[in-house]
Amino acid sequence: MSVIAFAKNWEGKFKKSTYELVSYAKELAFRLNTQTLVLSIGEVEESELEKLVQYGADKIISVDDSRLNILSSRIYAEVISQVVNKEDASYVILSDNNSGKAISPRLSVKLKAGLAAGVLDVPKSLDPFVIKKQVFTGKAFAYVQIDSEKKILTLSKNSFGIVENPTSLNLVKFTPELSDDLFKIKVKSVESSDNKIILADADIVVSAGRGMKSADNWQPVEDLASVMGAATACSRPVSDDGWRGHEEHVGQTGKVIAPNLYFAIGISGAIQHVAGVSRSKCIVAINTDPEAPIFSVADYGVVGDAMIVLPELTEIIRNGE
Amino acid sequence: MKILVCISNVPDTTTKVKFTDNNKQVDDAGVQWIINPWDELALTRAIELKEDGNNSIDEVCVINVGLSKCDATLRKALAIGADKAIRIDADPIDAYYVAAQIADYLKNNPFDIVLSGIESSDYNGSSVGGMLSEFMDCPAISSMTKLEIENGNVTIHRAIPGGKQILELTTPFVGIVQKGITNEPRIPAMRGIMMARKKPLEVLSAVEMESLSHIVEFELPVAKASCKMIDAEHLEELVNLLKSEAKVL
Ligand SMILES: Cc1cc2nc3c(=O)[nH]c(=O)nc-3n(C[C@H](O)[C@H](O)[C@H](O)COP(=O)(O)OP(=O)(O)OC[C@H]3O[C@@H](n4cnc5c(N)ncnc54)[C@H](O)[C@@H]3O)c2cc1C
Ligand SMILES: Nc1ncnc2c1ncn2[C@@H]1O[C@H](COP(=O)(O)O)[C@@H](O)[C@H]1O
Repeated sequence: MSVIAFAKNWEGKFKKSTYELVSYAKELAFRLNTQTLVLSIGEVEESELEKLVQYGADKIISVDDSRLNILSSRIYAEVISQVVNKEDASYVILSDNNSGKAISPRLSVKLKAGLAAGVLDVPKSLDPFVIKKQVFTGKAFAYVQIDSEKKILTLSKNSFGIVENPTSLNLVKFTPELSDDLFKIKVKSVESSDNKIILADADIVVSAGRGMKSADNWQPVEDLASVMGAATACSRPVSDDGWRGHEEHVGQTGKVIAPNLYFAIGISGAIQHVAGVSRSKCIVAINTDPEAPIFSVADYGVVGDAMIVLPELTEIIRNGE
Repeated sequence: MKILVCISNVPDTTTKVKFTDNNKQVDDAGVQWIINPWDELALTRAIELKEDGNNSIDEVCVINVGLSKCDATLRKALAIGADKAIRIDADPIDAYYVAAQIADYLKNNPFDIVLSGIESSDYNGSSVGGMLSEFMDCPAISSMTKLEIENGNVTIHRAIPGGKQILELTTPFVGIVQKGITNEPRIPAMRGIMMARKKPLEVLSAVEMESLSHIVEFELPVAKASCKMIDAEHLEELVNLLKSEAKVL
């Protein structure tokens, strides 16, 4: 019956999204009157695992196998399903990020468990199990009923929040049975881009569009981002034209993000762009055109030339620190 | 080698989503249907590989689980350059149902590489590709941003947060395609459209299969309160509002 949250680590550390995930799992377990189990895969130090207790982990199951430090969706799904079966768990919750998206479908087939991807809230009802998720890339929501006995959810970022709910530490180790056959994919190399803030994790995102006129005009965007510790993003034509890398493209066909604060600078606000950022808590639009559609989805707006507004704004924020 | 590309038939990205029947159905009126954007990129890359002179790919086939309204989309895929289209005639209830149907087809019709998009732009499941790989019991490459084949050797790039992995693997595998796999989706040319008429579009009946979930109801987001405009001469006001009112700075 219990709820298992899969706590993914990044080089041995958890992120804020992991704490949100555990908080959510705790709330679900509370409603179901059952236990919150948290599963960690790969080598993580005990002091890091212990942090999860703060958000309500009744039991932490650690699979600290060094072969599992690099994520493989196939192997992780296998490990999680072994734990689910051992614990006789009914609910598995993962974050709706790269790893959660890769693991959950495989797990769904393994466990014959219905999957609701990108859930936004606690269940609307428990029996039948109905839950709200995003569809049409944020243009609408759907209530999905999961009919199978076991259920898998991936949780959208910033949809529940972090809630403290301290329990006491109950840490156990688990050794899965894994055939060598599973370790077939060879990772030849890993390239990381310069250690900028990762877009998907960022609380503040500074995003700019074709209104910047040329790739050479990005310094004010970078400066504003850097003074706030924000990630940078862009509209699709900007990445299509190679002004910025593809990893910065947000929108319906790019990344879907939900930061606390989103700056849309020189971005007209096309429906495909807005779809990918509409779950931001607060949107600020800066645009020369007072009629630009972006103002109809923004919370705050400034009509003005980005090349003038951005340096001033950056200065004000810098001086206010 | 043979490549199978999974094609999801979705409303054009400019569609203003509306519902009928007490928010239980998507309102199809006036909706333009397109190949799901990532599937279009996957198909384009598959065709590029077939054409690249390496002769590593003999056939590019597309598959869809859907009703006859999807035929126009499959014809477009043929016009872009696929050799053959398959439609499994069913109204897909959830991703599990779709993946199970395609997996059943693959049992008797093996492919070396199966490509899917990272998500369908309507139901945003991000599921079918991963589920297929589990049914096939083979590796899946999520967020695949590059696919090269040379003398039968497959090299793949996978986007990971803050960078990329470069992988080598053997077939069969499922590639879950992300932007970057190719530059531009291909647009059908007149010649392609003519040729597409002669290419096979096979309709198969669905196998008995269960679904694990279904949509009960839709909802539209509530409209935002109107935007507060701030004078460009008084940007300190914006900063104050972000700090004290929105509490996001
Ligand atoms: C299938 C499909 C999928 C798509 N997916 C996406 C997606 O995922 N993401 C996405 O972003 N787009 C997407 N698009 C493209 C989308 O339709 C728009 O074309 C795009 O978002 C426009 O980008 P933009 O706002 O940067 O440029 P524009 O629409 O050209 O807008 C530029 C804006 O800058 C303003 N401006 C000009 N000069 C200045 C200045 N000096 N200072 C301040 N403002 C200035 C202008 O008033 C204008 O509002 C998609 C399109 C299709 C067909
Ligand atoms: N009905 C379908 N028929 C064929 N392929 C599909 C179908 N639905 C989804 N897919 C494939 O699975 C990918 C992910 O879709 P989804 O899991 O629905 O987000 C899509 O990009 C398609 O490649």
